[in-house]
Amino acid sequence: MIRKKECVAMILAGGQGSRLHALTDRLAKPAVTFGAKYRIIDFPLSNCVNSGIDTVGVLTQYQPLILNEYIGNGKPWDLDRNFGGVHILPPYQGKNKIDWYRGTANAIYQNIHFLKRYDPEYVLVLSGDHIYKMDYGKMLRFHKQNDAALTIAVINVPLSEASRFGIMNTDEVGRVISFEEKPKNPKSTRASMGIYIFDAAVLYRHLEEDEANLFSAHDFGKNIIPRMVEEGEAVYAYEFNGYWKDVGTVASLWEANADLLGENPAFNLYDPDWRIYSRNFALPPQFIADGAKIENSIITEGCYIEGTVIDSLLSNNVRVEKGAVVKDTIIFANTAVEAGATVNYAIIDENVTIKKNAVVGAERGENAPITLVAHNVTIGEDMTVPAGEIIEKDLVL
Amino acid sequence: MNILGLIFSNIHNKELFEVTRRRTIASTPIGGRYRLIDFALSNMVNYNITRIGIVTKHNYQSLMDHIGSGKDWDLARKNGGIVILPPFGVSADFYNTRLEALKSIISFINSSRADYVVLTDCYAVANLDYRDIFNQHFATGADITFVYRECDVTPDDYMPVNVLTLDDDGRITNMSIYQTFAGHAKVSADTWVMKKSLLQSLVLDAINRNLRSFNRDIISHNLDVLKVYGYRFDGYFGNISSLDSYYKINMKLLDPKVRAELFQQPRRPIYTKVHDSAPTKYGVAAEITNSLVADGCEIEGRVENSVIFRGAKIGKNAVVKNSILMQNTYVADGAVLDHVITDKNVKIINKKEIIGDENRLAYIVKDGVV
Repeated sequence: MIRKKECVAMILAGGQGSRLHALTDRLAKPAVTFGAKYRIIDFPLSNCVNSGIDTVGVLTQYQPLILNEYIGNGKPWDLDRNFGGVHILPPYQGKNKIDWYRGTANAIYQNIHFLKRYDPEYVLVLSGDHIYKMDYGKMLRFHKQNDAALTIAVINVPLSEASRFGIMNTDEVGRVISFEEKPKNPKSTRASMGIYIFDAAVLYRHLEEDEANLFSAHDFGKNIIPRMVEEGEAVYAYEFNGYWKDVGTVASLWEANADLLGENPAFNLYDPDWRIYSRNFALPPQFIADGAKIENSIITEGCYIEGTVIDSLLSNNVRVEKGAVVKDTIIFANTAVEAGATVNYAIIDENVTIKKNAVVGAERGENAPITLVAHNVTIGEDMTVPAGEIIEKDLVL
Repeated sequence: MNILGLIFSNIHNKELFEVTRRRTIASTPIGGRYRLIDFALSNMVNYNITRIGIVTKHNYQSLMDHIGSGKDWDLARKNGGIVILPPFGVSADFYNTRLEALKSIISFINSSRADYVVLTDCYAVANLDYRDIFNQHFATGADITFVYRECDVTPDDYMPVNVLTLDDDGRITNMSIYQTFAGHAKVSADTWVMKKSLLQSLVLDAINRNLRSFNRDIISHNLDVLKVYGYRFDGYFGNISSLDSYYKINMKLLDPKVRAELFQQPRRPIYTKVHDSAPTKYGVAAEITNSLVADGCEIEGRVENSVIFRGAKIGKNAVVKNSILMQNTYVADGAVLDHVITDKNVKIINKKEIIGDENRLAYIVKDGVV
């Protein structure tokens, strides 16, 4: 029996995410905690499953251990399938050469044999570091209607920020006339979201041509897409109007988390029709003790709260003891904030201990910088961490 | 060593209480995110008992839904794993006692390659260490080890109770079964360890002689022939037999000491079915103290001394006190609940006051709308 898939997704998850500093020094960016109980990769994976795409390659390179372990056999996303499912695709030793992934296009090129096993008509290329909910099925229908070779999802960004993105200039039917990667003087505000649907045959041809070009950086944004536009291939822009956030920096990671809070949050995790799946653990429910005060916060299993938590997100097994105050802060799993300590406008990584009466960061306000405490760090009793610091080593007297 | 686990999911000699009207005692929700059987199952899994039969008789849809493939307890195995054993055979004459249940699953027991067997009920909230129980079983050279606890029995406790008399070596010399009992005593915790071959011959004998009661006809009558020893369990043991005890034990889980004993044993976690709930969100005006809250809740109002299950929504200015809200309970803005137990999917709409008290808990049935 010959079996095939209509569309296979490839998630680029090899990025280091160096602008997240210590948060990514032992794991890849897609494995960073988000929204208390998720990791960033849950969003593209859940989008795939909710869009009816059940075959996903995850291309890993930088610090893959935690990401690999997290994805496992794909069961939490219903991606443990007999034919298809999720596959981790690390760089490998070939018969004649050993090669790292040299750019986004090269990473897909090196896995063409994986794609060909499923003989798809379309290949969906995604990046593993964006927070959004999107029905790729709609985008695929748009792609088919236009008989496109390539469809790029775009989102309108403020003109002031446009020079940080790949910008599309389109005609009235949405066909891309020109494409500029991070232009100094952007002509439009339609930014590429790093989400591409290719006709598989067209993709293979361009990847092979690009591979033969010694001067190419083997990058979709820099090489493949501009070339396809130049050559007059049918490249279309698909406009997306929902919430979308690139969480590449500490500040944007904080903002995207804060977007989950409030009465009408900018990004809603509680939509029963578009659930975000994640790997869950059998931890006891959270316990809120006498004297605790919680306001406008998101808290998950295993937490123990005796102190005050305001405008914050707490991951699994976080402990906030009596008299401690956590405000405008995102705390990752297994961290303890001991009695009387204060944490303000900060991101605190996993397994951190903030000892009694320590003070981390300062009130959030205009121009106040965010504070970052890296994993496994201890902030000693009565110590002070000034706002804006990045603490990667124990701070004790 | 290969051990077979057998769990009785609904052996009652007593009237079912409200919460178990449409489910087994095994699948009764407890402590915000658990079902009672999670304790029996996790205790076994934590001693690497990975071949487990769950004996069930009726109302077992929710049990099957909860267990699924057994994956959440790591029991979806090629060798072993979980088997649900509903009544089998052409006769409409369903079993009523443990012994009759054992007779009906004798072929399952025979086909297992286990050397030992653990039998247990699942009305209890307890974290048992089978390693310790087996060590004692071997040390005493017992034929059967009986888990018991020494405690003050109240009429609220699970009945009938088996009151045990032990000699100085811990051997059980007498066993009396009481339909109602109150007072200080050594009572059976309804968990037994023995060789599989012994269980087989006891059940075969019971079939031949048409015996009916495991405790009375098998154990009690053989105390001088078989070496039956007691294993004393001193940890937290909450047994559920009525709406009152159900309420009290849920409230007991608000005590950090009890929770630590149950859920923070270093090598003995309690597993349960996991769901894809979002984390719990507290609104700007939320006020919450001394409560256990599962994931997936949206809380805008006030919650005190309560156990809140997955996906509950509590509106603005609503007050929930001394209550248990099961999965997906909806409490509208301004409603007031005190000493209330809501079953799954209950909706409290419009401004409503539902006030019970310690002696008269208000219970709202599954899918109820108030």
